[in-house]
Amino acid sequence: MTRTGPWLSAAIVAAALVLSGLLIAVTGGSPAAALRALVEGSLGDAAAVSQTLLYAAPLMLVAVGTCCSARSGAFNIGQEGQVLIGALAGAAAGLRLAVPGPALALVVLFAAALAAGAWAWLSALMNRLRGVDIAVSTLLMTFLAQQVVAFAVTTPWLLQESRWGAAAALPQSNRLPAGALLGSLGDHPGPQLNLGLGVGLVAALLMAVALGRTRWGFRLTVAGLNPAAARHAGIPVTAVGGVALAVSGALAGMAGAVLLASPLSTNRLQPDISINIGWDGLLVALIARDRPLLTIPVAGLFAVLRAGGSFLAATGVPPYLVDVVKALLTLAFVAPAVLRRRPGAA
Amino acid sequence: MSGVAEDLATILSSGIRLTAPLVFAACGEYVAERAGTLNVSVEAMMLGAAFGAIAVAGLTGSATVGLLAGVLLGALVGAVHGALSHRWHVNTFVVGLVLNALVLGLTSYLVTVGELGRHQVAQVSVPVLRDLPVLGAPLFVERWPVYLLLALVPLTWWLVERSRWGLELRAAGENPEAADMTGIRVNLRRRQALLWCGALAGLGGAYLAVGEVGSFNQNMTAGRGYLVIAAVIFGGWRLGRTLAGCAVFGLADALRLALPALGYTVNSQLLVSAPYLLALLAMLLFTTRQRRPGALARPFRRTS
Repeated sequence: MTRTGPWLSAAIVAAALVLSGLLIAVTGGSPAAALRALVEGSLGDAAAVSQTLLYAAPLMLVAVGTCCSARSGAFNIGQEGQVLIGALAGAAAGLRLAVPGPALALVVLFAAALAAGAWAWLSALMNRLRGVDIAVSTLLMTFLAQQVVAFAVTTPWLLQESRWGAAAALPQSNRLPAGALLGSLGDHPGPQLNLGLGVGLVAALLMAVALGRTRWGFRLTVAGLNPAAARHAGIPVTAVGGVALAVSGALAGMAGAVLLASPLSTNRLQPDISINIGWDGLLVALIARDRPLLTIPVAGLFAVLRAGGSFLAATGVPPYLVDVVKALLTLAFVAPAVLRRRPGAA
Repeated sequence: MSGVAEDLATILSSGIRLTAPLVFAACGEYVAERAGTLNVSVEAMMLGAAFGAIAVAGLTGSATVGLLAGVLLGALVGAVHGALSHRWHVNTFVVGLVLNALVLGLTSYLVTVGELGRHQVAQVSVPVLRDLPVLGAPLFVERWPVYLLLALVPLTWWLVERSRWGLELRAAGENPEAADMTGIRVNLRRRQALLWCGALAGLGGAYLAVGEVGSFNQNMTAGRGYLVIAAVIFGGWRLGRTLAGCAVFGLADALRLALPALGYTVNSQLLVSAPYLLALLAMLLFTTRQRRPGALARPFRRTS
């Protein structure tokens, strides 16, 4: 990044906020009140901050994974589906495996990563066998994943909630046992730190080291920057991209497990459990320009918007404004990256 | 006996109504992809147009003006997409996804701000033919924009396969370097194709709003744009097969809605996922044989 980088970034954020403020004003709302609600709702007190940190964890996981696949040149846009498959596998493991105590939480995370990694790797396989475009197949498979989860939670012999007497079973799974849940430090009204955040931060740190300091990361980056040169240097480009895609899927799957096993959900598998975390995580990675450590603050920003967004309604501003802000931010960040002709950005 | 005929007519009729918006948009997406852009923002084009059509119809009191506004809004999304990905060389998938997110957010926001009301274009019912058994009602009693397809589909085919513009377009999608060598302005052609795509996808979205439904609701396109992409892939980048794909997808949708009402049990998840599954299978089985544009999704940049 050039020396003007931070200033330019600040100007871009400001421009996106001003545009959104104008939108509020034009539609008859109060931009100041909306901004206050956003900040109060996400950073105003201990409970709000806890909520923000809860959202930051899965966003970070998805984004860190996206950094990995994007650096290798495999453009994964199926994170939303991979999150869902992760949550599905996590729920299946948590409900079906008889692992004692907190070890079950680890099993849930691991199962989610494994299943979603394999799911994403299918796209790499299709690409290798028949040259199917990875962006297209990961996108199409997202819609499959939605139906797979819907099927699992509406089918009694799969994961649908068990009936209690005559009560109708809902399209959701049973609640995960306590041992499968990610623990938290602190209790709800006060500050609370969920284990999921730790998982996200560790993933970001490990990925930064792996991409920046290891032979694996170097080969992966070279394969992404110039496949022809990489092939010439003896790097198996397709295989490297396949692994990167699987890692990306695995991290998105872990995000699904975090959604399932943290206070963000009812700890049941539901068709809408992914709450667009996959799509948002992709935007986070785009803004962070595929740098794992940068995903930490950007995921934090998106988490602020998510947590604060639910407080917007009280000011009369529709909470969908938050989606507009996120899209504007992303657009503003991806466009000038290329205007400055940074190599590899296109 | 008449019961079966009636059921058939009902399913066929709703199948056509669900297929028509896909066909409009697919005619556009087909052109964009032949020019080399794998355009993911169809969803944004359709949704933005659907909103614009209802909003403008409310302002002007004319559903037809609303329809036109929808076309223009779709084209605007196409212009933005083209400028970002083929002038400033931002990754075209990124542009498409961000535009989808932006339009979904904007329309969801705006629809909660004001009252939009109901606006619908007139229904045309062809005399005599509408009385045909089974096929009569589904084919000959429709909102009038549907009949535009009778002109737009042949026009799309002619533009791409027979006109000089289409030849240059296909060259841009097949081998941009060679096209550039012969003096074709590759990125200009790609931007023009995206404009055409936006206008037609906009027509599809606007038709959905002021034609079929008569109102706008949040995320009313509900992934139809992605279905259109699947249709073009399923059709192996040929117009006829693409439209057949749209018909299959529309019919699957109609069956999902109609069969439970008629007392049949079907697995709705399977029917919803069928289009995506079919598109993936089509790619897996036929990629090497079918005419995938050589430079599809590959950006072109002069290296001189």
